[in-house]
Amino acid sequence: MHLHLKIWRQKNGDQPGKFVSYELPEVDEGSSFLEMLDIMNEQMVSKGEEPVAFDHDCREGICGMCSLVINGEAHGPQRATTACQLHMRHFKDGDTITIEPWRAKAFPVVKDLVVDRTAFDKVIQAGGFITARTGSAQDANEVPIPKPVADKAMDAAACIGCGACVAACPNGSAMLFTSAKAGHLNLLPQGKAEKDERTLKMVEAMDKAGFGNCTNYGECQAVCPKEITLDFIAKMNRDYATARVRKFFSKAC
Amino acid sequence: MELNSNIPEGPMAQKWSTHKTKIKLVNPANRRKYHVIVVGSGLAGASAAASLAEMGYQVSCFCYQDSPRRAHSIAAQGGINAAKNYQNDGDSVHRLFYDTVKGGDFRSREANVHRLAEVSVNIIDQMVAQGVPFAREYGGLLDNRSFGGAQVSRTFYARGQTGQQLLLGAYQQLSKQIGLGAVKMYNRHEMLELVLVNGHAKGIITRNLVTGKIERWAGDTVVLATGGYGNVFFLSTNAQGCNVTAAYRAYKKGAGFANPCYTQIHPTCIPVHGEQQSKLTLMSESLRNDGRIWAPKSKEAAAKLRKGELKASDIAEEDRDYYLERKYPSFGNLAPRDISSRAAKEACDEGRGVASTGLGVFLDFRDAIKRLGKDVIAERYGNLFDMYQCITGDNPYETPMMIYPAVHYTMGGLWVDYNLESNIPGLFVAGEANFSDHGANRLGASALMQGLADGYFVLPYTLGNYLGEEGIASAGKIKSDHPAFDAAEKAVRDRIDKFLSIKGDESPRSFHQRLGKIMWDKCGMAREKSELQQAIKDIQALRKEFWSRVRVLGEGTELNQELERAGRVADFLEFGELLCRDALMREESCGGHFRVEHQSMSEDEDVKSGLVSEGEAKRDDEHFAFAGVWEYQGDDVEPKLNKELLTYEVVHMATRSYK
Repeated sequence: MHLHLKIWRQKNGDQPGKFVSYELPEVDEGSSFLEMLDIMNEQMVSKGEEPVAFDHDCREGICGMCSLVINGEAHGPQRATTACQLHMRHFKDGDTITIEPWRAKAFPVVKDLVVDRTAFDKVIQAGGFITARTGSAQDANEVPIPKPVADKAMDAAACIGCGACVAACPNGSAMLFTSAKAGHLNLLPQGKAEKDERTLKMVEAMDKAGFGNCTNYGECQAVCPKEITLDFIAKMNRDYATARVRKFFSKAC
Repeated sequence: MELNSNIPEGPMAQKWSTHKTKIKLVNPANRRKYHVIVVGSGLAGASAAASLAEMGYQVSCFCYQDSPRRAHSIAAQGGINAAKNYQNDGDSVHRLFYDTVKGGDFRSREANVHRLAEVSVNIIDQMVAQGVPFAREYGGLLDNRSFGGAQVSRTFYARGQTGQQLLLGAYQQLSKQIGLGAVKMYNRHEMLELVLVNGHAKGIITRNLVTGKIERWAGDTVVLATGGYGNVFFLSTNAQGCNVTAAYRAYKKGAGFANPCYTQIHPTCIPVHGEQQSKLTLMSESLRNDGRIWAPKSKEAAAKLRKGELKASDIAEEDRDYYLERKYPSFGNLAPRDISSRAAKEACDEGRGVASTGLGVFLDFRDAIKRLGKDVIAERYGNLFDMYQCITGDNPYETPMMIYPAVHYTMGGLWVDYNLESNIPGLFVAGEANFSDHGANRLGASALMQGLADGYFVLPYTLGNYLGEEGIASAGKIKSDHPAFDAAEKAVRDRIDKFLSIKGDESPRSFHQRLGKIMWDKCGMAREKSELQQAIKDIQALRKEFWSRVRVLGEGTELNQELERAGRVADFLEFGELLCRDALMREESCGGHFRVEHQSMSEDEDVKSGLVSEGEAKRDDEHFAFAGVWEYQGDDVEPKLNKELLTYEVVHMATRSYK
């Protein structure tokens, strides 16, 4: 198939960027979206033009590194699919495809389609863990966890940390990401001891990193490649409120 | 090269516990005086960095990705083995040990494998305590499944994302330590050189992938947890960035590289679709628990299937060849990876392959859906079925999947002793980057186990032994202004300048693709002497061409993915030759290494007695029961082979039979 591409080019974070058009005459419909970009880059190298930088690694939808806004949608038109798992058979011969990086205040552009997502790491570093010193664990079957609870925790833990939720949100909010991790850990009995502290610290880190507030647009859920649902945001709001109240009264006495 | 495996004395089952009581410790108050460099943030790297920081060491951790959470351990789907015997089906540390030694085709180091089986139980406890949401039964206890050739159910799993959940567990522990300031994390940094001072590993040189800045890092010890080298084949199930550079740089500084020819070809990957493909996608072999693998019995039917004139459902039961069930009745579809992969190749070589390329066989769930219902199958494999449909456009609930083997894991790696220390003092190697535990073939669900064993439960002890032996007076003594750093940094800068100055006409990616084709065609699933010799010549010629024709656009002082790839491909172009040399030297077939000259023939005793079939891998224990450890001798000079002889005290060498 023949494609017209409009791609965001930006030399680095200090300089302004712009859309540049490219023609791609021959792409196999069995190719993945990133393979299509590989082909385009090879074509550019052969012409002596500097290829487009984009983040990618596993190319099987699990590492969360790829981060493209395709025709205005984070990860493109297919539901529950990362850009690397999107295949060209979902496009038509002669299509014009617009490709941009994640756009969010907390994710500054590094170059072309590459952004800096260390803000996510900061949120996890603030409290997205269960303290379990190596070697100190009890037997794994000591605490039974009902299957529905374990399954729900797994639903949240499936988050790949790609940042599509932030890119899609008009507010640039990271509530879906943060609530998925907090929800995963807060649901489990192992995570109970640090639950309040975790929730407060993760939310604080999230705000500090420059992510916006949640106003229930729900765009995050719509683009999430792992179909993480808004009810984790509701759960985190609940956990946050109780943590604040408990903290207030523990201080009072 | 001196290769002392440092295996502790005493009975096998007591070696590790005795060793732990004898090795040196570092006083808690002194640990903060030592700086440990960890390269790589996958299961082995993240767990080592987190545990060492918890103990009080100063740790710096480096990864090339934008976050440590993205390391390729994340892509492991199926599960992790542990000898918990929660299913009361007769599992034990001894049995896991035995299966792993046998599965590795008697080419691993027995004492290391025993330790791995021992600590496997601690890993599960540790990961559950961290909140890894493993699959559970309705009663709330952990669920297990049988996996990849095991006759007990010892595999723990988290849907089809076990690697992801374990990696995120380790990443969270690492993140906690980063938050506390105990680990300094350097994302988007690539190690380009190892620095030796007086023969000891004392630092690394990195390139900041965003700014291009070349930096020096001095430490008291260096841990390489940089994964495997499967991408030497260009097409593999590895992530795009996976590379051999860190390990190969260490090799060029004198570290022994062991058994590079032991590469694992995974039987259940999605077949290649065409020339533009950039990677192969694996589907968990847990699919083999319920799926039945077959090819049509007749070539004619296969030809029609390839052209689309027939559908799989048109082939009658009696015209299907369930070849694994036929050849290996007791293991059937769960036969080990190397055996299953070669059997698929054989069927395709006979002209019975399906998929448009003729390189594919069926993995059929028809009978399982009939037996268990669609809901049960969806519960077990739903995400894998979705992934398959997403990539191929076919619905596996209705039409059988097509699969073909692909390069997946590399058992070879830098040589290490029992302490995971290479022959360069102070250089430790963990996870897939080392060679020790899987021998010539890795069993399913053992890679996650090994990465975490090394990082959580081995290095925290053995690294202290090295530091303890060096003494507290040595702590932090080597600084990055030492002349050894000048030389190493200069080498890195010169190499980058060289890439940028060639200004040729062919991209690094194109060279990589050409190298991959040589490797797969001549050193892939079946290897033969003259082909290997030709491969070595072809690679040498390609390497020469690379250094005169490669085109690296852009600059060194910015984010430059072409430059990154050029560096990795340049190392693959040398390493590929080493891999072929190793394959040529190893005149036997074992595990993932199959030499067509060495296969069982109809006149062999084992074939006559029915122990193995004709055409199976034939080991030569008399001449090849050793780890082949290569020593660098200079550019374009043949490397020197050293041998670590392998002895088996407990599991006696026997022909592997899965009939």
